[in-house]
Amino acid sequence: MIFGCLFVLGGQGEYSRADASNTITLGFVIPLTGDIPKVGESSRYAAEMLREEIMAQGGLEIGGVKHELRFIYEDNESKPESAVMTMLKLIDRDRVLAIVGPQSSKQAVPAGQVANDNRTPMISPWSTNPDATLNRPWVFRAAFLDPFQAPVAVDFAMKQFNADKAAVLFALANDYSKGLAEFFRDDFESKNGKGSVVAFESYGDRDQDFSAQLTKILAAQPDFIFLPNNYNEVALIVRQASDLGWTGPFMGADAWGSAELMTLCGDLCKGHYFSTHYAAAGATGATKDFIEKYQAKYGYTPDDVAALTWDATRLVLEAIQSTGGLSGNLRNDRAAIRDAMAAIEEFDGITGSMRFDDEGDPIKCAVVVKINDAGEFEFTESVCP
Amino acid sequence: MESLFQNIMNALQWGSFYSLIALGYCLVYGVLRLINFAHGDIFMVGAFIAYFTATFLMGMYTDFSFGLSNPMVLVLTIPITMILTAGVGVTIERVAYRPLRNKGAHRLYVVITALMCGLILQHANLAVLGASRRSFPDLVERSVYTIGGVTFTNLRVATILAAFLVFAMLYTIISKTRIGMAMRAISYDRFAIPLMGIPVATIVVITFVLGSSLAGLAGLLYSMSYPVLEPYMGAMIGWKAFIAAVVGGIGDIRGAFVGGFLLGFLEIMVVAFFPSTFRDLIAFSILLLILSIKPTGIFGMAQTTKI
Repeated sequence: MIFGCLFVLGGQGEYSRADASNTITLGFVIPLTGDIPKVGESSRYAAEMLREEIMAQGGLEIGGVKHELRFIYEDNESKPESAVMTMLKLIDRDRVLAIVGPQSSKQAVPAGQVANDNRTPMISPWSTNPDATLNRPWVFRAAFLDPFQAPVAVDFAMKQFNADKAAVLFALANDYSKGLAEFFRDDFESKNGKGSVVAFESYGDRDQDFSAQLTKILAAQPDFIFLPNNYNEVALIVRQASDLGWTGPFMGADAWGSAELMTLCGDLCKGHYFSTHYAAAGATGATKDFIEKYQAKYGYTPDDVAALTWDATRLVLEAIQSTGGLSGNLRNDRAAIRDAMAAIEEFDGITGSMRFDDEGDPIKCAVVVKINDAGEFEFTESVCP
Repeated sequence: MESLFQNIMNALQWGSFYSLIALGYCLVYGVLRLINFAHGDIFMVGAFIAYFTATFLMGMYTDFSFGLSNPMVLVLTIPITMILTAGVGVTIERVAYRPLRNKGAHRLYVVITALMCGLILQHANLAVLGASRRSFPDLVERSVYTIGGVTFTNLRVATILAAFLVFAMLYTIISKTRIGMAMRAISYDRFAIPLMGIPVATIVVITFVLGSSLAGLAGLLYSMSYPVLEPYMGAMIGWKAFIAAVVGGIGDIRGAFVGGFLLGFLEIMVVAFFPSTFRDLIAFSILLLILSIKPTGIFGMAQTTKI
């Protein structure tokens, strides 16, 4: 089976690219099915909107020549192993110049290794776990990091809820959720003393009943509950907590920010806060233009994944443009793109302005949003490094 | 102490779902000696049927509104869901299991067919409806009560009552009615029974109607309690309910019922007293221990009358 796959990959890898010099091919490794399909949909919509916009102007101009853009969207099924397979396919068979994605850290951490080993530039728009880019010069990201996000959540919760006792419920099998939960616990305890995180509970893959964990959490009487979880689980947890009589606040993280959160969670999620990459309600300037264009085209407000994918794709295209022209030799072109990305001085994206540090992580601000009574994500405050 | 009672409440609710699904496994196994591995996915289909029935009755797809109040929608959704889900179960029996049975195929092939049917249901759902999750509408006004430190909702009480009520009805059907007698007879000897003039095919269909409509009911109750629906929601809970039915003594509906609650209690109590990572490890180790002491399950007897 494995040999068969390798044979197919090897056999296809050598096909000639007819108009190689004129087509820019990028790969997208995104979750179109699986746990978080809305994330994949937003990513594809945002990228497709960008591509159509550039193609409407005749293509991407590199050193005076217009090039056609080709985006290949591959489904990683929200699984780490599928992400790795898909990465290899894009790198070897489709011979892409660079890869955008995977979105969540669960897939981005193993996929980053593949990109680095195969010397292909990769940028994850949404992954916040430090391991995705750590010691991987070929891997970049467009989102801030969990070690930065966790203190933002801690400080905000301490100030907003007057809290000195916190409880955490996280998904054990999810790198993102587990990592963020641990950063949060460490930071909260360093500010409020040991034992101030009164409950630190986890759950497994595909769990739907959290009542035992929540009973434990409620018995410990925290001031608020921190939920660094995907939006689909948030909807279940918030409801079950309310069934058990919890009326206190929740604090969430950027994985809450999907367009689907409110359809799944409904009124129960209103009034809670989470830290994220951008706030759609009340945006101005280029961000506002993006939101309006997206809304007109696809019929709903773009979530943070859409905005970050837009920025990440633009970062790659900007790097390709600043190489001054591609040679047609895939290996050299990929290296040139990597160097150009690392050399980006200042990038003005719709999720704020940023530049890369030595690890390929952006230095940019986080925002805290409140889910208001209309179900919109409303800007509350912005925290910069 | 309050936590303990609260967790007993949690376990009763969670166990209700296992029990309802385990009863379906048990019925089909009892009559046909067939492990219907598609049952978990029939449960999933039941949840989606309930979703579409409820939202249709609420007027979400047509301009025309039926003008029904939410409780009325629920009252209509229950029988419609059960009937339609029963239809799905009977269709699978007709298309997949009966041809194999008529050709005298070995039981192994029927079990493999059942696994395939489950996968087909999952992926048909994925292909037709897409991967997006659906949120089940709130049909009953949720109210939260606290008595003596134990918190529960009206929905939770209704779920637990429904599980017990269904069990009582099923037990009566099987032990008191002629159809139940026929089911037990087929279970006893499938080859001699047609000679007595009992229409085996009809009884098998009735078995599937009963089992699948229970899965439909479980799907409806489940999606009211855990209102996020997705194509793979039936797989894990189906497997676990099957294990629960085996530990209880598959073939005896008292066993399936008790096994379901046993698993529910184990899962909740392990989380309550140990780190939650140990849940499945400890819960299933205990079930394994029970089986190794009594391989036929708690209520099971070695190869006598089943069901």
